[in-house]
Amino acid sequence: MDFEKIKELIINKIEDAEVQITDLTGTRDHLGLVVASNQFKGKMLVEQHRMVMDILKENLKEEIHAVQIKTMTKDQL
Amino acid sequence: MNNPFNVLGEEGKPSITGEEHREQNESGSLSDRIKNLVESSDLFLFMKGNPQAPQCGFSANICAVLNSLGVIYKTFNVLEDMEIRQGIKEYSNWPTIPQFYIKGQFVGGNDIITELYENGELQKMLENFLPKA
Repeated sequence: MDFEKIKELIINKIEDAEVQITDLTGTRDHLGLVVASNQFKGKMLVEQHRMVMDILKENLKEEIHAVQIKTMTKDQL
Repeated sequence: MNNPFNVLGEEGKPSITGEEHREQNESGSLSDRIKNLVESSDLFLFMKGNPQAPQCGFSANICAVLNSLGVIYKTFNVLEDMEIRQGIKEYSNWPTIPQFYIKGQFVGGNDIITELYENGELQKMLENFLPKA
C-alpha cells in the first residue's frame, strides 16, 4: 500500500491534517496512523477515529489489513 | 518480532474473564442474529478468535484490557462466520474487527478501547461491571 497515497486521501478530506504512517509488520498492510487536525477539536474519540476510518473504508476492504489509529488536535502534537 | 501490536501485559497475564457466546438460533435473519448477539451480554466483543485463543494482535489486546479489569464479557469469533463478519461492519458502520459493545452500544475498536483504558475513561464506563473489591 502506497503510504503517500494514504496521506493524500486523508489530507484531501481533512485539509489541515498532519499524518504519520508506520509499517507495523514490515508487510506494508498493517499500518500505524497518527493524524493531527484541529477538525478533531471537541469531538469524541470514536468520532475522530470514524472520520479517519471513513476515508480509508474502501482501501480497508483490500490493501490495508489492519490499521492502528491515533488522533489528536494540532496543539496536542 | 516480539509483540508488534503492543499487547498489554503479555508477561504476567491475569485470568481470562471472557467467554465465547453460543448462539441460540443460528438460522435466524442476519439482523436478528446480530441484534441477539449484541444484546446477549452487557459487555460484548466481536473479535478474531476467542479470549482463550485470539487470532489477531488487536483482538488479543482488547481481551487483555478487559481481562485486566476483571469484567465478564462474551465474544463472537467473526472468523467462523463470513456473514456476521461483514454484517457487523455495516451494523456499526465501522470497517474493522474487533468491535466492543456496552449494553448494545458500539463503543469502539482496539485503539479507542486502549486509549479509554489509558486515560481512565473505560474504567468509569465499566464502573457497574467491575468486580466488587
